[in-house]
Amino acid sequence: MQTPAPCEYSRATSVDDAIAQLQALGGNARILAGGYSLIPMMKLRLANPGHVIDINPLESELNYIRQEGNEIRIGALTRHVNMLESDLLSQVFPHIFREAEAVLADPVVRNRGTMGGSLCQSDPAEDLSGVVVALKGEAVLRGPGGAERVVGMEEFHLGPYMTSVQPTEMLIEVRIPTHSGFGGAHEKVERRAGDFAIVAASAALAIEGGRITFAGVACSAVGPTTLHIERAEKALVGQAPSEDLFAQCGQMAAADCSPNSDGRGPADYKRHVAGVLTTRALSRAAATAVS
Amino acid sequence: MGATVALQVTVNGESHDSEVPARMLLVHYLRDELGLTGTHVGCDTSNCGACTCLVDGESAKSCTVLAVQCDGAQITTIEGMAGPDGELHALQEGFWAEHGLQCGYCTPGMIMAAADLLERRTADGPISEQEVRKGLEGNLCRCTGYHNIVKAVQAAAEASREVAA
Repeated sequence: MQTPAPCEYSRATSVDDAIAQLQALGGNARILAGGYSLIPMMKLRLANPGHVIDINPLESELNYIRQEGNEIRIGALTRHVNMLESDLLSQVFPHIFREAEAVLADPVVRNRGTMGGSLCQSDPAEDLSGVVVALKGEAVLRGPGGAERVVGMEEFHLGPYMTSVQPTEMLIEVRIPTHSGFGGAHEKVERRAGDFAIVAASAALAIEGGRITFAGVACSAVGPTTLHIERAEKALVGQAPSEDLFAQCGQMAAADCSPNSDGRGPADYKRHVAGVLTTRALSRAAATAVS
Repeated sequence: MGATVALQVTVNGESHDSEVPARMLLVHYLRDELGLTGTHVGCDTSNCGACTCLVDGESAKSCTVLAVQCDGAQITTIEGMAGPDGELHALQEGFWAEHGLQCGYCTPGMIMAAADLLERRTADGPISEQEVRKGLEGNLCRCTGYHNIVKAVQAAAEASREVAA
């Protein structure tokens, strides 16, 4: 029987209350959202917070998906099942969210797991982070006194299980710019249903007048963080979509990623898969964008 | 042990008031405090789904939820599925009729996850094999008896459709 080490528990009554509690507890506390990453880590003593602050009572404040101008805003406590089933997300970002959420963990985990939890866990093999990196989303972090800062994903994810969220800050929202002529795709290879990726690739394209006007490419499980394949993005923007171009981008992803050999496979295999999945994701994203 | 926290939950229609340690997991509360041992502990790491029960109608892996998080919640376990007169739930009937279990260890979790799957479903037609398999991805059967589990869920869905029609 596994059980977390003794800890204290409190419920947050608002975002600002949660931040005030973080401040009062001086770095000894963790925010508890869906719990499917934090609680297993507490059971394994990989995380040992003296206090957990439960933000699940903040559904009405933090669970939302809405459009504001040229942005989609997703609250930190939005559950995976909400993103999977969101008509707004599938309309504005076909089909990248739905494809990633359909292969992220399993339906029972998706009932509780959250956007904020996925990003803050900073697991380089996690699917939703790939989507947010490819879409060039930004994280809104709130700190004491209501001070907010907005950081891009490169600044947000510092390494495995490390983010730039400070001990008295909380991720409250993710903002994602919208594009006309958008198409996206998420490709994943896993050992078995519901597992973390051996490799995953997320592609986001906007195509207007036969030219690529926006490109985002991210690879998961092949580096210390979800990798943004910058060289491929630069090669895509301004070009006409073509299978040759997407094959070149796949080669760039394979060359630029830095996988480790582990129980999920040897590094050279993962490098190969990263290339293949990047090409496939771009090709399907382009087909969606022009349809 | 850390401080205890007040907890009020309704489990299978019955209200319980308890004082529990903050670190106590829901599955241990159900099994050890309430004696509802139908909810099983399998992997203890939220992979296998043997501990699945319904929290406010949604499936949850109870080995990965703190009991105190369920304050005020309605919880349904396998013991709450049959009717008050002992009449089996359509899913229990389906597992019985289609031989949906071998050792039975995963069965309560499978049934609770399937209950969420069928409840959430909006499509009208018969549920496909693929839909059931995707819907039960969070539940492992160590006997690898998935084939009959899928048939059992399909049979239950069909029986519920006939009742609704």
